[in-house]
Amino acid sequence: MSQELDALYQEIILDHYKHPHHKGLRDPFEAEVHHVNPTCGDEVTLRVHMADAPDGVLRVEDVSYDSVGCSISQASASVLTDLVIGKPVDEAMAIHESFLTLMQGKGNVEPDEEVLEDAIAFAGVAKFPARVKCALLSWMAWKDATLSVVGPVETLEESK
Amino acid sequence: MTHELTGLLPELEVLRKDFPILSRTLAGGQPLVYLDSANTSQKPQIVIDTMVDHLERHNANVARAMHQLGAESSEAFEGGRDKVAAFIGAPSRDEVIFTKNASEALNLVANTLAWATGDLAIGAGDEVVITEMEHHSNIVPWQLLTERKGATLRWFGLTDDGRLDLSNIDDLITERTKVVSLTWVSNMLGTINPVAEIARRAHEVGAIVVVDASQAAPQLPVDVVASGADLLAFTGHKVVGPTGIGVLWGRREVLDRLPPFLGGGEMIETVSMQRSTYAGIPHKFEAGTPPIVEAVGLGAAVDYLSHIGMENIHAHEQAITAYALEGLATVPGLTVLGPLDATQRGGAISFEIDGVHPHDVAQVLDSRGIAVRAGHHCAKPAHQRFGVQSSTRMSSYLYTTPAEIDALVDGLEYTRSYFKLS
Ligand SMILES: Cc1ncc(COP(=O)(O)O)c(C=O)c1O
Repeated sequence: MSQELDALYQEIILDHYKHPHHKGLRDPFEAEVHHVNPTCGDEVTLRVHMADAPDGVLRVEDVSYDSVGCSISQASASVLTDLVIGKPVDEAMAIHESFLTLMQGKGNVEPDEEVLEDAIAFAGVAKFPARVKCALLSWMAWKDATLSVVGPVETLEESK
Repeated sequence: MTHELTGLLPELEVLRKDFPILSRTLAGGQPLVYLDSANTSQKPQIVIDTMVDHLERHNANVARAMHQLGAESSEAFEGGRDKVAAFIGAPSRDEVIFTKNASEALNLVANTLAWATGDLAIGAGDEVVITEMEHHSNIVPWQLLTERKGATLRWFGLTDDGRLDLSNIDDLITERTKVVSLTWVSNMLGTINPVAEIARRAHEVGAIVVVDASQAAPQLPVDVVASGADLLAFTGHKVVGPTGIGVLWGRREVLDRLPPFLGGGEMIETVSMQRSTYAGIPHKFEAGTPPIVEAVGLGAAVDYLSHIGMENIHAHEQAITAYALEGLATVPGLTVLGPLDATQRGGAISFEIDGVHPHDVAQVLDSRGIAVRAGHHCAKPAHQRFGVQSSTRMSSYLYTTPAEIDALVDGLEYTRSYFKLS
């Protein structure tokens, strides 16, 4: 039983939960969104700041957030910011896609550590249907905020 | 620890055998410790068997089938109504209306009040009074009603120890008050409210009183007349009955003055292409084929509870609740939301643990076979009142044992150590 729990609460997740990265709302930002998980009440307010780098590529300059929720939702926000800040927006979207696929894979998707880094720790969460939404809360908020600035990119396949 | 609590139901182990689900095991062969009965209760064999028997031997539509099965089915369905009427002390069986659940019963009242004419009509300047400890099902319908009619929604606040703050009752219940709607027992704080006293005040100003008995009907003896309610709602699945059925009881004088809710088969007297006239209560409010087997199951459920005795069930809940409050008090960093005196509360206990989110508490408990609820329990405003976003809730019922409470307390200790808090 504790084995199953340990698969969910990986050390990496608990570390991010206790010491979240990039937490707090910061300026400047182009968009701010507020997402809630209506079943449990977890909430996140998230801001995105993007800018064209000298090479002309639009990059994620900052993602800042304020959130209340469980260890899974808090840790996933922290991991998200680690992964996308500094990346070209296109690449960040691809990471998002990859995380979504992992979370919706019911535990049958092999995560790509190259792409997902610390986020592979969430592979265990995919086996707990009730917790998938927790893990996705800030990721969905980030995508929503980003798209509201850059407009719809050719839409990535997405199911509920 | 000795489990010789006074007030426990006798032969609890035998009684538990009535509930087949309680003997199943979960992942890893762990026994089930079900502490989520305020969410939904488990079902005794007699309810399951009665429903299966109805489906296997008596199934037919009610009222409109002119054959033997139709007669048997109608009799069983109306028999369910008789049993519910007896269970709540309704002066007349016709005052018992079957709905889908408590939410629909409350919405039935709020909607028909929106359409009412005469002295029940609600408009600008009128007020509806609720409380800050309501389930969303007893908040949202009243928000909709008051928004639609330009009336004002007001509410009783809560004291720090989780009771209704009645200090401004004279300011809240006034000549402008048309409806006072409140929960008898809170599903989050466990508080038992002085419904009869509030009803008396409401009646003095001519308001009608709606009582949400969803958490009261499972654990307190309910006498609708003594309660002071004009209308009272509860839901079948929390009184060891099936899902898909709820009850609205109303005083005949009030029900007769309310317009129909849904239109359709069974609720009419006669229909022409221009207009219709309506059946009397209860059928006026029961359009379409009703939840037949659910009503039959609910009848068996309330008979089962009456057979054990609601006084005895209440005493059992109080003993378990007191024992649980004692046990929870030993867990470091744990704060109970709501009254701490077991005699003043029902069997739902919500709590917080410093440093662990309710979701994570519930997850760790689940890995030990212990089922509790985590979240806002459909009472967001009450959580806000106490400055918390969510909580963990354990809720007991007539089949809960002291050993299960011990398992919970051990599980909470384990949760703290799992998250490295001790
Ligand atoms: C106090 C209270 N009111 C209303 C309800 C709604 O019951 P239902 O969901 O069966 O309509 C519940 C249960 O969830 C409750 O606890």
